[in-house]
Amino acid sequence: MVRLITHNLLACHVKNCNANNFPLEFQNVQLEIREAEFNPEFVKGFLPKIEWKALVDTARQLGDTSLPNEQPEMLDDDFLKNLHHVLLEIHVEEGSMVCPNCKHEYPISSGIPNMLLAEHEIA
Amino acid sequence: MIPTPDLSHLSTKDYDLVYEPAEDTFLLLDGLEADLDALKAAEPRICLEIGSGSGCVSAFLSKILGPSSAVYICTDINPHANKATRGTGRQNQVELDPVNAVFALPLQQRLRGSVDVVLFNPPYVPTSFEEAQMSQNQGNIGGAWAGGWDGMEVTNKFLEQVEELLSPQGRFYLVALKQNNVPEIRQRMEDIFKLHSEVVIERRAGREYLYIIRFTR
Repeated sequence: MVRLITHNLLACHVKNCNANNFPLEFQNVQLEIREAEFNPEFVKGFLPKIEWKALVDTARQLGDTSLPNEQPEMLDDDFLKNLHHVLLEIHVEEGSMVCPNCKHEYPISSGIPNMLLAEHEIA
Repeated sequence: MIPTPDLSHLSTKDYDLVYEPAEDTFLLLDGLEADLDALKAAEPRICLEIGSGSGCVSAFLSKILGPSSAVYICTDINPHANKATRGTGRQNQVELDPVNAVFALPLQQRLRGSVDVVLFNPPYVPTSFEEAQMSQNQGNIGGAWAGGWDGMEVTNKFLEQVEELLSPQGRFYLVALKQNNVPEIRQRMEDIFKLHSEVVIERRAGREYLYIIRFTR
């Protein structure tokens, strides 16, 4: 599955596509929600690695509006639970991800993103 | 002794398409188990396996570190391996995140300096260059072992990329065969990337003499 935690770490890697190549934009998605064990220490520990705006915008695009525009300074349990849900429980099962820059389309099938490129596209 | 992950959901049909865990896989599990205390103490948040195949090793790592304490991203060029990895995670009540990709190429930009544990059991068997290249291009099961003339054709490419991924306390575990020239690999990583290394465990398994090398900053 493409969870938003993974999506937040994937960038377009087509040859010479080095700017504005993140975040990839979801298209025609089918979602599945699967519960995951809440571990506040993990969510806090992962927080510094998140590209916040990309995560919030993507979650909203998928219909989840629970995250604030800016990362809050106080990390209360409600916030961490919402973040946990967005990062780890929303699974994109079908659809595709499109590069905002070069428009390369990466298909998602049975929850697995195909990030392979043809030989001429490889840097 | 930590149990090997449950792989009972995979059949001989799956193993026509995906590398079946063997002595090299089990040696890597033993190496991780030998390092368990240090691994746990580092509180890894991002784990990455290159060429996850059946998903056996990442499922094991997730079990020993705690499924909810880290994210376990698993790349493989073989789509059947991606599916097997996902299934093995679920069979063992852990969530593995499979990505169909070459090494960590689509993750390299965002994971720079961030990965706490990198695992790679590469195609290390000496074969013809053509066999290694064809298997990689086709993403088939031969890609799980065919390693070119010194068995290092594929590994060498990743050795150029791994240092950039490692977090300050990051650890990189590599499976290697005696014929791959382990002292040379270790010296090269020290000279070019200043990565220190240790052999965690070594063992003869039939015709193969295998090593698990751990690299750190």
